[in-house]
Amino acid sequence: MDDSLRELYQEVILDHSKHPRHFGKLEGATNTAQGHNPLCGDRVTVQLLVDKDDRITDIKFEGKGCAISQASASLMTDMIAGRTVAEAEKLMGGFLNLVKGEEVEGLDEDDRESLDVMAGVSAFPMRVKCATLAWHTMKSALEGGETAKPE
Amino acid sequence: MTAQTKISTAFDPAAARADFEILSKQIYGKPLVYLDSGASAQKPRQVLDAMRDFASSDYANVHRGVHYLSAKATDAYEAARRTVQKFLNAAHEDEIVFTKGGTEAINLVAYSHLAPHIQPGDEIVLTVMEHHSNIVPWHFLRERQGAVLKWVDVRDDGSLDIEALDAAIGPKTKLVAVTHISNVLGTTTPLKEIAARAHAKGVPVLADGCQGAVHEIVDVRDLDVDFYVLTGHKLYGPTGIGALYGKRALLKKMRPFNGGGEMIREVTRDVVTYADPPARFEAGTPPIIESVGLAAALDYMNSFDRLAVKAHEHDLLAYARECVRQFNWLRVIGDAPGKASILSFEADGMHAHDLATILDREGVAVRAGHHCAQPLMERFGVASTTRASFALYNTRSEVDVLIEALAKARKILS
Repeated sequence: MDDSLRELYQEVILDHSKHPRHFGKLEGATNTAQGHNPLCGDRVTVQLLVDKDDRITDIKFEGKGCAISQASASLMTDMIAGRTVAEAEKLMGGFLNLVKGEEVEGLDEDDRESLDVMAGVSAFPMRVKCATLAWHTMKSALEGGETAKPE
Repeated sequence: MTAQTKISTAFDPAAARADFEILSKQIYGKPLVYLDSGASAQKPRQVLDAMRDFASSDYANVHRGVHYLSAKATDAYEAARRTVQKFLNAAHEDEIVFTKGGTEAINLVAYSHLAPHIQPGDEIVLTVMEHHSNIVPWHFLRERQGAVLKWVDVRDDGSLDIEALDAAIGPKTKLVAVTHISNVLGTTTPLKEIAARAHAKGVPVLADGCQGAVHEIVDVRDLDVDFYVLTGHKLYGPTGIGALYGKRALLKKMRPFNGGGEMIREVTRDVVTYADPPARFEAGTPPIIESVGLAAALDYMNSFDRLAVKAHEHDLLAYARECVRQFNWLRVIGDAPGKASILSFEADGMHAHDLATILDREGVAVRAGHHCAQPLMERFGVASTTRASFALYNTRSEVDVLIEALAKARKILS
């Protein structure tokens, strides 16, 4: 099989997409946003619970989409739960650079390693939007936005 | 009378393939299997040569100069119009308006024919299988003028229920806008019957022929539709050009669309009078080189026995349909009798984009997504489908590659 394909659809990704973490509705969410990818019609809802110290104490997502978008959303919620808003935004910056095949700087080793499972996306420019949808939606929710586009 | 049946060997897809240089391309080291002609067809060298030859020897602007080249270009442009006229068997050449594509042609009808007469509550009848280009222009009339869109459902197999369509046409209906062939389901609609039913109630019919003109032999006089829309790039021709057929009496009554050069009779500081159709609707410098390409594409299609081409495409569809039966995880959407060579499907636990990405790495180009037909996706309860569309240059062995690639995708994703 094509190596780039093997990397894109590696075990971890497929596992995340089939058994997404933090999937469902979040009762008492403080921040909610919906993301929509008009290219494929995929939709995702991201809900967060942010406390008074700007810490994301809980996060959930819901939606239907391709393996890449589902895995990315699942991975994101896994990584962001318990972080501060500033940390979440920093992670997002690193993630966006990673999937676009750009240099990733300023992330610690563990985070870098966790994100790295999505690095294969960079070989598929048409699929970058699938990977970034949940992250943009999360950011939009933090900013109090309603609808996010994967851009 | 001899009882001898002649098996048509008039069409040889292998020979036709040789006309399409791009089809010998390798994608990721695999031979290209292009199954996305429903989105846009590849262009044979006859089309590319015609455009190049024209641009390098006879090109100038049309209808303006008195010089030699302008006359040559005008002749070529008007000859292309006659080629389209003959292709559709329209009665008059002035019934053919060149547009930049199918979308513009439908918008033209919405703006110039329908908008001036729409009162709040007036109805436009359309089917759930329309492409967005045959939906959104009518939504404009709903938003801006209070028109009501009356949706006609399709049956579970994707076929159109003519009685349901007939029932939707009421005293307030101002237009029936219906596709000739669904770009997702492949369903071919009974246009002649639709036109007869609509006309019995005094309602004109617009047919979106962007797919229909590719797969069916269109005779607008026999169908008796009032408007028929086609686009060049799906007909093995260039992008940037399409055509609107409109009955002469209707076009004559329609207001101009875009304003600019070429579409006027006289312009003064105080008033403007408009040219007759089709010039009235062709403001600005038209797609001249593309018109030559479109004509070459239609000539190319007509160089084959088109019934034999149709039979070939149907064979590919039937073969592919049969092959996918082995996959119990795959659901075909659209099985209407007599449908065109478009195969859309949904796969259990596999999103269309994942599937299409894996197929792509096998060299197989398919379309994945909502196909600009979101109401239809909603009707069938799917967010997206994967679509393989078969054109004259496709072969059974390409269907085999598709099937193998699908099996591989299943392995990777499950």
